[in-house]
Amino acid sequence: MRRSREPILWVLFGGGGMMSALFLPGLLVVLFIASPLGWVELPFGELQELVGHPLVRLGLFGFVFVCFFHAAHRGRYTLYDGLQLSHLNQLIAVLTYGVATALTAAGAYVLLTFG
Amino acid sequence: MNPAYRPYHPKWYRPRVPIFWWLREWAYLKFIARELTSVLVGYSAVMLLVFVVVVDRGEAAYLELLSWLSRPGVVAFHMAVLLGVLFHAITWLNLAPMAIVVKVGGRRVPARAVLLSHYFAWAVCSAVLVWALVWR
Repeated sequence: MRRSREPILWVLFGGGGMMSALFLPGLLVVLFIASPLGWVELPFGELQELVGHPLVRLGLFGFVFVCFFHAAHRGRYTLYDGLQLSHLNQLIAVLTYGVATALTAAGAYVLLTFG
Repeated sequence: MNPAYRPYHPKWYRPRVPIFWWLREWAYLKFIARELTSVLVGYSAVMLLVFVVVVDRGEAAYLELLSWLSRPGVVAFHMAVLLGVLFHAITWLNLAPMAIVVKVGGRRVPARAVLLSHYFAWAVCSAVLVWALVWR
């Protein structure tokens, strides 16, 4: 019997749900709202140091990896149920996880080569 | 089994469900809205990568990004993204006690404690982020 891939995908989905719930609101507030509006000051030198740190990069990679697969998994089932496309099962799975894989690869490229 | 024998199949009762079934009730709409907020999670992850690239490029690029981020339209958009991500986070954390059964000494930890510990973890993670980014 072929083993189901569902548990692996679910772990990525669950991990992404938890990680995004714990960290994304804070990141969004600080980086994309408070800092541009001048509510907080992020000294560029320290920011560059932080972003360049190998452990931060590793953490960021893990973070975007699970976030992308979380979104892909949810998107997949939303397409099935919301638009009743269960007959396009394979196509939708290939598309959603394909996009997540491509974005994760792009993330790895960015985090490994820049800086 | 005799190949000529076909089991009796009553015609299945399958009412047709309209494609916009989720507009019919508030709870369904909320469910689909929550599912769609995962797109915002993907968007935010992309923006984090963009942020890394820009910071690596130097201060000029970073200031340019900041000035784009501070445009009123962009701020409004990110406020909306934040609301969506908050909805996503809160609905996720509220599910935790239903998905996680913790046992201590053979007794099940009450759902309320599991829920509160998740919200506590959320507060700690956010505080660590603010500390690492702002006050360090």
